This record gives sequence, structure tokens and C-alpha cells, in this order.
Amino acid sequence: MTLELQNIQKSVEGSQHIYPTSLVLEKNSINLLLGATLSGKTTLMQIMGGIEKPTQGKILFNGNDVTNMSVQKRNISMVYQQFINYPNFTVYENIASPLRLQKMKESVLDQKVQEVADLLKLTPMLSRKPNELSGGQQQRTALARALIKDSDLILLDEPFANLDFKLREELREELPKMFENKNTIVVYATTEPSEALLLGGNTVLLEEGKVIQFGKTQEIYRRPLNINSANVFSDPPLNRAKIFVKNNKATLEKVSWNVSLQDGEYTLGIRPHHVYPKKINEDFFDITGQVSIAEISGSETLVHFKLKENSWVSQSHGVHNFELGQISKFYIDISKCLYFDGKGNYING
Amino acid sequence: MNKKTLDNKAWLFVLPMFVLVAFNAVIPLMTVVNYSVQETFGNNLFFWQGVDWFEKVVNSERFYNALGRQFLYTGIILIIEIPLGIAIALTMPKKGIGVSFCLILMSIPLLIPWNVVGAMWNIFALPDIGLLGYAINNWLNIDYNFTQQPFSAWFTCILMDVWHWTSLVVLLCYAGLISIPDAYYQAANIDGAKPWSVFRFIQLPKMKKVLTIAILLRFMDSFMIYTEPFVLTGGGPGNSTTFLSIDLVKVALGEFDLGPAAAMSIIYFLIVLLVSWIFYNLMMRNEEN
Amino acid sequence: MARVKLDNLNHSYVSNPTSDDYVLKNINIEWNDGGAYALLGPSGCGKTTILNLISGLINPTSGSILFDGKDVTNLSPLERNIGQVFQFPVIYDTMTVYENLAFPLKNRGFETAYIDKKVKEIAEILELSPSLSNRASGLTADGKQKISLGRGLVRSDVNVLMFDEPLTVIDPLLKWQLRSKLKELHHEFKNTMIYVTHDQTEALTFADQVVVMYDGVIVQVGTPTELFETPKHTFVGHFIGSPGMNILPCDVNSQNVTCFNHPIKTSSDLKNIKSNSKLQIGVRPEFIKFSPSGLPVIVNNVSDIGRYKVVDCLIENQRIKVIVNEGDDIPSGKAYLEFNSNFTKIYEDSWMVS
Repeated sequence: MTLELQNIQKSVEGSQHIYPTSLVLEKNSINLLLGATLSGKTTLMQIMGGIEKPTQGKILFNGNDVTNMSVQKRNISMVYQQFINYPNFTVYENIASPLRLQKMKESVLDQKVQEVADLLKLTPMLSRKPNELSGGQQQRTALARALIKDSDLILLDEPFANLDFKLREELREELPKMFENKNTIVVYATTEPSEALLLGGNTVLLEEGKVIQFGKTQEIYRRPLNINSANVFSDPPLNRAKIFVKNNKATLEKVSWNVSLQDGEYTLGIRPHHVYPKKINEDFFDITGQVSIAEISGSETLVHFKLKENSWVSQSHGVHNFELGQISKFYIDISKCLYFDGKGNYING
Repeated sequence: MNKKTLDNKAWLFVLPMFVLVAFNAVIPLMTVVNYSVQETFGNNLFFWQGVDWFEKVVNSERFYNALGRQFLYTGIILIIEIPLGIAIALTMPKKGIGVSFCLILMSIPLLIPWNVVGAMWNIFALPDIGLLGYAINNWLNIDYNFTQQPFSAWFTCILMDVWHWTSLVVLLCYAGLISIPDAYYQAANIDGAKPWSVFRFIQLPKMKKVLTIAILLRFMDSFMIYTEPFVLTGGGPGNSTTFLSIDLVKVALGEFDLGPAAAMSIIYFLIVLLVSWIFYNLMMRNEEN
Repeated sequence: MARVKLDNLNHSYVSNPTSDDYVLKNINIEWNDGGAYALLGPSGCGKTTILNLISGLINPTSGSILFDGKDVTNLSPLERNIGQVFQFPVIYDTMTVYENLAFPLKNRGFETAYIDKKVKEIAEILELSPSLSNRASGLTADGKQKISLGRGLVRSDVNVLMFDEPLTVIDPLLKWQLRSKLKELHHEFKNTMIYVTHDQTEALTFADQVVVMYDGVIVQVGTPTELFETPKHTFVGHFIGSPGMNILPCDVNSQNVTCFNHPIKTSSDLKNIKSNSKLQIGVRPEFIKFSPSGLPVIVNNVSDIGRYKVVDCLIENQRIKVIVNEGDDIPSGKAYLEFNSNFTKIYEDSWMVS
């Protein structure tokens, strides 16, 4: 069972919301739509589900053209950022509602509802109404309603964005369990790179309506196609600097090292957690910077420091104390450097 | 644009209403257009007149007088009712039992049939036995008789309309006001803003959409007003309160000049449409800026 | 700037409250002049209520609030001279960015020259200078939040600056920038800043001292490091850290601690433990490592976060999470765990044994 988008485009009143894109999503996969707000995640998701029609292009489900099929005829479920439940139904009725529309037998229906409620830890709340529940419980109800249908496609639009940090963690952990053995395609939209990494699966990176990369989440993270991909997938942002390569030697701030790149100007990218405040490995190169802020979060330290032309961040385990304005050495793991050419494309160095 | 699901069975539900609307609106409208270009004495004999009636109306002093009166009336109504409506909405409570009480109070004038409103005020304003008329004449010592003095007739018409329709503005503005989140008032409080600044920079801008609707509705309704002033003054004394629609009916039914009346109706309709359209676009353009 | 003291604060939103109706119970906090503080806790714990009590938007059921020793409990927000940034951007739509920033100063009757200087200064720091003459309603969400922030900073005599989950509507990338910017601002202006959030990263990176709350009571007050390394309550252990602390059942037998019949070394003093209390071990995933011998577990699942991996282990239906650095080996199937005894604590009835 596959969902295929062929050359999908969406423009509204002259402005392009989604640039031409083609994707194939396989069954039993979790697919993340990762991008900033207004990057097109919701629009793309709605096109996949048939809630919005693309201006151009085709959508194929298992090889069948469903582009013009109405949403009701497609077998999909959707969970929204705002907790959307039927306010006048109890939790039980909310979860049962898709099955009632299918006119399922009562005994079978009851068993299914109990199963899903148990999976989502809603069993003690079955007789309550949504407005008596906490945010987390309301969203669980919405999830239960989406899961019970055995849909071919489940769409989740930043479902945990309105929940507490800890609750978000909890529900995110439970998510893979909810989808195992379901034979469904899951599409999950988020703005947080860490969520994408935690959920795994495949990621579609979106920036201003364009799909800039699609592939296995881990692969995109380690091998971004271009500097935009690397940036979208970074929290804190990628450390960047311009470097010059001559005779296979790259130079940054008086430090040189060997690279297998052609001569020219490149952009060096290195993730903050590969810049260390202490020399952990003999192979690391050091650069000197002036500390502008140090943020200590108990388990790790984030140090912002200024190089000649750039502001970089070092993210490291443990507590390291720095004085504002202090000139300090920072150590780069050269093996983790990412190189991008003049056009921003990734080059293997 | 989000296309909603097309379910062809839905058309069957709409069909009866469609027929009714066609019967009540489209066909009469077509009849009026037909009459406006023909001469008839109602005996099914029609003589083509072309644009003659339109020319006659456009060149008639009587028409311009009525039109002038109408614009003046509508202008005064808007100038009084809109600020008054906003002011009352601002003083209405937002929480607690007072809310229901105020909402009901405001709704009452809107529920009374319009000719009853006219009749009520007719008696109320009578100089000898009406409470208002008596009070003005004897307690304020002003000579007041709306059946004889044009100024008093205007005064009474306007007072009646304000009493009848300000509530609509109040209710619309109130709906706009209660949708403003508390955080705005809190921030203004912290910023040290005085009540007038709060009104000017928070409440008024946030009420913009509902105010547009309120002004548009009051404009259209007051421009086409017929029943209340007709029942109150009959268009008099003389023709001092003969507003456009009253004049129209006089021509059509009183003088049985169906042709000119039909032409006048169409011109009337076009004026309302034009002014509403201009006004609406002005408000919408302001919003986009 | 002022020293803020909350004295025996109790609050209920109901007029004749019973003990269940109180959303704040016996709150006592003292905050120093010029410090950066955070109120951290889950939704509904009362942190926004405390914020609104300090700013004067609501009056406490009982207790008092003091600025620099002076009782301000009955003063209005205007009189208390505070600044507050709300969860969603609150700006005056019809004004330009400049006018928005100038508004609080204009209302207080400052001279135009002074206002101009202040507005330009703050706009420069917040990187709003290029948009000063634009209409405020045209800015992005983070731009609007900066304006809200700016309106508080523009008043140099402000006693306390308060932030009510201000980064909620901001994207992660910009969230990060704004957070650092706030820290910078604190360094520069040395205002007393109180930051309310449910996001521990925000709280811990911003504040010098964090107040952790749960269900209307203060559970622990401490620096981010203290809260991380010595959480006094299992709730703090669980709430802070991503993933949170592992809480495991244990038995204590005359100075020996065992967990699933395996001996564990802790740094807690076992002298005063009562016999029939609920005993648990708390140890953070950061302080556990795989070793050739130790607590036997089965490796269940590995999540790769990029800079580290979270390994989910199982022992007799009890989950234990371990954090492993990028590049380190992870065994599969059967494995053994070793706990760092310095950071392994005993909890009696959920409170840390010291």
C-alpha cells in the first residue's frame, strides 16, 4: 500500500504555497513533515488527505488515482493541534463515532473501543465529556478516534504542540506503540527537529513550500543535501563559517587541515555538539573565541562565542563555567565537519 | 478556496426555497423592470416608452427633494446611532447576571413589529395625551406638535428610529467587544494607558469588522425606511417627512403612475447598491492597509 | 529594580473556598534584586497565578507581596511599576513599531527627546531598528513578541519584568534566538526577571534560580545544577531532564540497598529510614553506563537523537533509560548497568533522604 504524490503543486491567488513535488510513502511507515511555521506542512498534509485539492498534479493510492476523490470516500484520519473532539459526546462515544458511521455491530464495536481506550490509557475516563478532561487526555481521545478506524492514512498536524513539555515527551514515546501492527501510513507534522529524530522513520524537510529533502531521518541528519537541510534539522542552529581551500588544505581562523576538496570557497557547517570546550580527543583542532553568553541547563552547557566573522555555539555535557567576555579555546571535531559549496550543496570532504 | 463536498441530494432541499424566492423576489423585480419601460393603466395594455420614465424621474424636482430628505435622514441616524451604540456596548457588563439582563433589555425594541412601533410613538408623541408630547409642551415649555411642525415631525421620527434600532448596533458591538482577550486590557493597564487610549487603540480597532456590518446594515435599513415614519406621520406635515420610499408608494399607488414609480424603484435600488458598494470597499480597503 | 518577596501567599479563585479550592498553598519565596528567576511546573500548577499576583492583575485571598520591603499587595499594576510579556503577542495594531514602544513612556508623561532616545536604544538591542516605522500588525510572531518585550524594557525604572510562557507561539529556531537574547538583556540591564514556563530547557537555561511547582505548592528551589544533580522530590527528578530521572523500587536492609535483588551503591544517608515507608532509587539516565557487570537488563529499544542515544532497557517489567554518547557502543540483548553512586539517591515516600 503506497501513497504517491506526482508533481503536486498548490497555488492560491497567485502565490505558490507548494512548489512541484513528488513523493512516495510506503505502508507501515512514520513520515515526518519537518519545517518552520508556514513552510507548507499543513497544506501538504491536507493535500495528501484530500482535504485540499492540488492546483496541479496527481495523488495515487495503491496505483489508483484518487486526486478527485472526496475526503469522505478516502479512508483517512486526522488529529489536529487544537484538541478537537465532539463536545457533547462522552469519551466512549467520541472514540466509537467512526465505527458507528460504519454501522458496526455493537458487541464488536464495544470490544474495539475498550482495546483502543486501554492502549491510550483512557479507560477510567470513558464516561466523561471532553471539557472535563485535561489537555493531554483530550488529545488522547482525539488520537483514539483516529486509531480506531483502521485507516490507510493517519495525519497528525503538530498534535502535541499545545501540551506541556513533559506530556509531549510521554505521548511521543507512546506513539510508535500505537502504530505498530496497524499497516498504515503515518504522517506527522512538526517544527521541532528533536521530535523528528526521536520518532525516526522518514522525514520530508520543508522550507517555504519546497521539499528540500526526503529520506530516512537519520540519513538526512547526518548527510544533509544542502545547507538549508542542515539548518532546518538543527536545534540550536548550525555553526557556519566561510573557509578557503587551497591545495587540499582548508583554513579557518589560522587553523588548517587536510580535505579532499577542489580549490575554492566553501561554507563549513558543524553542529554545536561537535564543538567542545575541552580537548577530548587529540585530533581535535582548536579555535579561539570570545564568550558572549553561557547558558547552563543542569545537564549541559551552551556557550555562545564570537569568532572573527561568525557567532558560534558549543553544546556540551555537564556544567562548564564561563565568564562573559572571556577569551577561550574551543575544540572542533574535524571529522564531523560538513562542507557546502557556493550554491549551498553538500560536498563530501 | 475550500470546496465543500458536493452531494447532489442537497439540491432537493434547496428547491422549495428557490421556488419561493423566485416567486417573491425575482418575478416581481422583473415585473417592475417591465413596467419601468412601458406605459400602462393596469388594464394589460402596454405601450413601449423606452427610457422616458427614467428621464422623467431624473428630471423631476420632486424626486430630488425626496432623495435629499432621505440622505439627510440617514446621515443623522448614522451620526447618532453608531456612537451611541458603541457607548452603550462599552458600559454593558461582560460577566455575571447583568449580561443576560442587558441583552434581553437591548433585544426588546428589535422584536416589536415595525408598524406597532410607529403606532406606539404616534400615541406617545401626541401633544395633548401622549406622555412625550405632554412633557415637552408642559414641562419643558416648548411648543411641540409633530402633526403640524416639520421640525417636530423630524425630531420624533429620528427619536423613534434611535429607540428602535440602536440596540442592533449595541448587540453587534458588544459581540465584538467580548471577543477581545483579557491580555490586551492587562497589557494596557501595565503600560499605564488611560481609558480613552484603551478605547482608541484596543477596543475600536478590534471592533472594526462588526462596526462595518453595523454601519452597512443601518445605512441600508434607514435608507429604505417606510413603515415607521409612515404610520407615525403619514409623510407629513405636508411632505416634510416624505422619505424616498414613502414618495415612491404615493406615486405608484396614490397617483397610479406605475411607469414612473417602477422607474423610480429601479433608480432607488441602484442608489442603495452603489452607496453600499462604495462604502463596503472603503472599509475593506482600510482593513487591507 | 526590586527585591520581591511573597509572604504566606494563598489563593483561590472561588469566593468561599474550602481547602480543595486553593490553587496556591502557603507560597513563600524571596527573590533578590536583579536576578533571573524561573517558575517551572506542569499546566495547572499555579505558576501563572503567582505571576498575576505579583503584577497586581489579581489580588490574593491571603498573604502579601513586597517589593523592596514595601507592601504592594493593594497597589494596582500601574502603581507597582512592572512589565509583563504574555503568551501571545499583545500589540497595538493601529500603531507603528515605534509608537508601540513609545506608548508606556508617553502615558507616564516623559519628554519626547527622552522617549526617542529610549525607543531607539531598545529597538537596537532587539534588532527592531529597521522596522520602526512599519505597522506593528505586519510583523511576524517573534517580531511582535519582541515589541511586547520592548515595551517592558523601555521603562528603565521598572521593578520586575515578568514573562508568561512568552515563547509559546515562536518557532524552535527563533525560540532559541529569543531565549539567548533574553539572557543577554538580563546581563545588560540587570532587571529582576521572572520567567514562567512548563519547558524545562527554557527555565534552566534562563534562570539563576528555579522554583519548581506542582499542584499549588513549591516542591524545590535551586540552581539548575542543584535541581539536576540533587532533586529533592521524585517529581523534580521526573520533570527535569529529558528523559527524566529513572525511579526504581528498592529495598533497604541495614545499610545495604538492593534493587531487584542486586546491590546498588548510593550516596544517601540510610540511618533514618523508617521501616514501612515507600523506598525508591532515583538515578538519571546521564549517570548510568553499560559495564561488564552490574544490574542485569535486556536492551529493548534505541532512539537516536543525534548528539546522544537513549537506550530503553527492561528488568522484570521495569523500564530503565540510559543515555549513551554519540559514537559509543551499545550492547544488544542482555547487558549490565552500573550506576554512578554520587548521583544515585534514595527517596523515602518520594522525598529525598539526605
